[in-house]
Amino acid sequence: MSLRSSTRTALVSVRTLLLFTLVLGVGYTGVITAVGQLALPAQADGSLVTGADGRVVGSSLIGQSFTDADGAALPQYFQSRPSAAGDGYDGASSSGSNLGPENADLIASIAERKTEIAQREGVSESEVPADAVTASASGLDPHISPAYARLQVNRVAESRGIPASEVEQLVRASIQSRDLGYLGEESVNVLQLNLELDQLAARKG
Amino acid sequence: MGALFAILQVATLVLALVLTYRPLGDYMARIYTSARDLKAERIVYRLIGVDSSSEQTAKSYLRAVLSFSLVSVLGLYLLQRAQELLPQSLGLPAVPEGLAFNTAVSFVTNTNWQSYSPEVTMGYAVQALGLMVQNFLSAAVGIAVAVALIRGLARVHSNTLGNFWVDLVRGVLRLLLPMSVVAAIALILGGVIQNFAGFTDVTTLAGGTQSIPGGPVASQEAIKMLGTNGGGFFNANSSHPFENPTAWTNLLQVFLMLVIPFALPRTFGRMVGDDRQGLAIVGVMAGLFLVSFTALTLFESAGAGTAPQLAGAAMEGKEERFGIFASTLFGSTSTLTSTGAVNSMHDSYTALGGLMPMINMMLGEVAPGGVGSGLYGLLVLAIITVFIAGLLVGRTPEYLGKKIGTREIKLASLYILVTPTLILVATALSFAIPAVRDDVTGTSILNPGVHGMSEVLYAFTSAANNNGSAFAGLTANTPWFNTMLGVVMLLGRFLPIVLVIALAKSFASQGRVPATVGTLPTYRPLFASLLAGVTVIVTALTFFPVLTLGPLAEGLV
Repeated sequence: MSLRSSTRTALVSVRTLLLFTLVLGVGYTGVITAVGQLALPAQADGSLVTGADGRVVGSSLIGQSFTDADGAALPQYFQSRPSAAGDGYDGASSSGSNLGPENADLIASIAERKTEIAQREGVSESEVPADAVTASASGLDPHISPAYARLQVNRVAESRGIPASEVEQLVRASIQSRDLGYLGEESVNVLQLNLELDQLAARKG
Repeated sequence: MGALFAILQVATLVLALVLTYRPLGDYMARIYTSARDLKAERIVYRLIGVDSSSEQTAKSYLRAVLSFSLVSVLGLYLLQRAQELLPQSLGLPAVPEGLAFNTAVSFVTNTNWQSYSPEVTMGYAVQALGLMVQNFLSAAVGIAVAVALIRGLARVHSNTLGNFWVDLVRGVLRLLLPMSVVAAIALILGGVIQNFAGFTDVTTLAGGTQSIPGGPVASQEAIKMLGTNGGGFFNANSSHPFENPTAWTNLLQVFLMLVIPFALPRTFGRMVGDDRQGLAIVGVMAGLFLVSFTALTLFESAGAGTAPQLAGAAMEGKEERFGIFASTLFGSTSTLTSTGAVNSMHDSYTALGGLMPMINMMLGEVAPGGVGSGLYGLLVLAIITVFIAGLLVGRTPEYLGKKIGTREIKLASLYILVTPTLILVATALSFAIPAVRDDVTGTSILNPGVHGMSEVLYAFTSAANNNGSAFAGLTANTPWFNTMLGVVMLLGRFLPIVLVIALAKSFASQGRVPATVGTLPTYRPLFASLLAGVTVIVTALTFFPVLTLGPLAEGLV
């Protein structure tokens, strides 16, 4: 009796699991995909952005490294935050550093980054903002703080031979305000800023 | 200025939850009390072979819960093991045995602990047909168990608790599915991806190469939050810009995690015929939530500790678009519900900041807890509270006219002993068995010293309470952790469920004692405060010693 009802219950379980796998796994996923692809394709496909030549250069939501093959910062570009995703901004291995507040390696990295950035931008170490020396949670953070963007204006302008005031203006225009005016933080999208910078430089010939 | 924004953010959230409390709570009460089946449901019952009008005894109800969960674990295990044969799998191989076991248990128990990195482990087929489906089903099971306990309290001289299959089917079709559809579309609007494109290689502006991931993310993200599941489509979970692109999607995700657990007390009040009882419960949940969130926000804003002080703020492991306040709101919500998603890396929180998610989980996931499990957890604590209050004044304890006798208090006591025992024993074993200790400290722990001990404690706290978040520096894809965490998740989910159904049975069989002047009113602020106090004190007495070995040692020295 008990064995028979247990078997019966198990059969109902199997049928229920199979049915819901179909309804939810295939049906629901399919419907949402169809809606996304038909109504909101730009977002559904990853908010891809194209460069001057029409080629896709990345996603406005996914940060990038603006470094040469050896990992050295390219002076003509605004720099992103440090990244713990693979070798840096690896889209296939999102990750934070997970290093704790007293971790010696993290403390050493932060000190090193501070010195490097202060030198690069020609400012004192105390002017380097926190986001510039810390790795984000995803390792793909597309943003930097307005403070870190401003810090880089002179170096970028000098490297490109554009007046600092024009680069400064570009930065000011690219500051994204908080959602609804109070959610999250003001931020600057580095890829978009650098794309606009390239356009500005191209216009100047 | 920052504080003002933080307050406005919480005010928006509170307003949204207050506005949904009644309509959603009443809607859920109708779902689980209505005698009518929808047409689609009648088709489902015919296909699965269930008579929707039949009632189940506690034994049958429990058998159905356990049978369905066991079949789900087996099904999800096999699906992962067969990955290389499945389409849309990005060419990924079968998931190894130990990891497949851990993951199957994890998603069926509504824990969604992830010992793996999804980008390189799970193809779209396993994600959508396996993991995502369990996001729905494990959530519906949790609500069903809570509803069975409510029915036990609401009924008199009854030997049945409803029908599990009906509760499961209605929970999915009438509640979780429609809400997920709306939420998924809203998330796509915000930038969450929904495609089957695989990885797209692009040449970046600087001339490097970047792999941009694809995937059916929005559909999974919606139910991941709504069902308090928390398993990320990507390794970085809700900090990944493709899972959580903006500050407003972040607040939406926080709302989705909270909306059902905070509305269920209303459902409870409706079903037992006294809305005030629901208000007392939701008051306790909200009070604990606000205190805990405030503490975490203060700790992270202060940014104590060597690394945060040197950097200038506790921004390691946090996204710039969220900053501190949207990170702490998400982190508090995710660990006070049993979600376990992260939008910032808890391992990199300040020492006392990292203590808060642990305490949140140690409270037993009741403020407001997971969908269903939060409510039944707090109702068990309410029973303990009534008992303690009864001892203080020398009266026979009763809750909603149900006597709390020897049998009931034994079941409730066992319930609150389960998860602490699992956490403390498993953590102790990890360091006490010499071979295991070498493996744990040599392979698994990332951060040396007391912080490493916190990583292990966090892992078992998360598993036992079916939360799923992590101090993610811990490498958990090892035989020890895959096995132990798997066992702890199973026991942490199903032992309490067995005890809750036994309680429901015992209450349902009773009559109802009329309230007298001697009855402790369980809807007044006095009782709510007592309940909150008991919840905190039970947790503090149980876990204070072990916390001194980890986060307290790190934060106070």
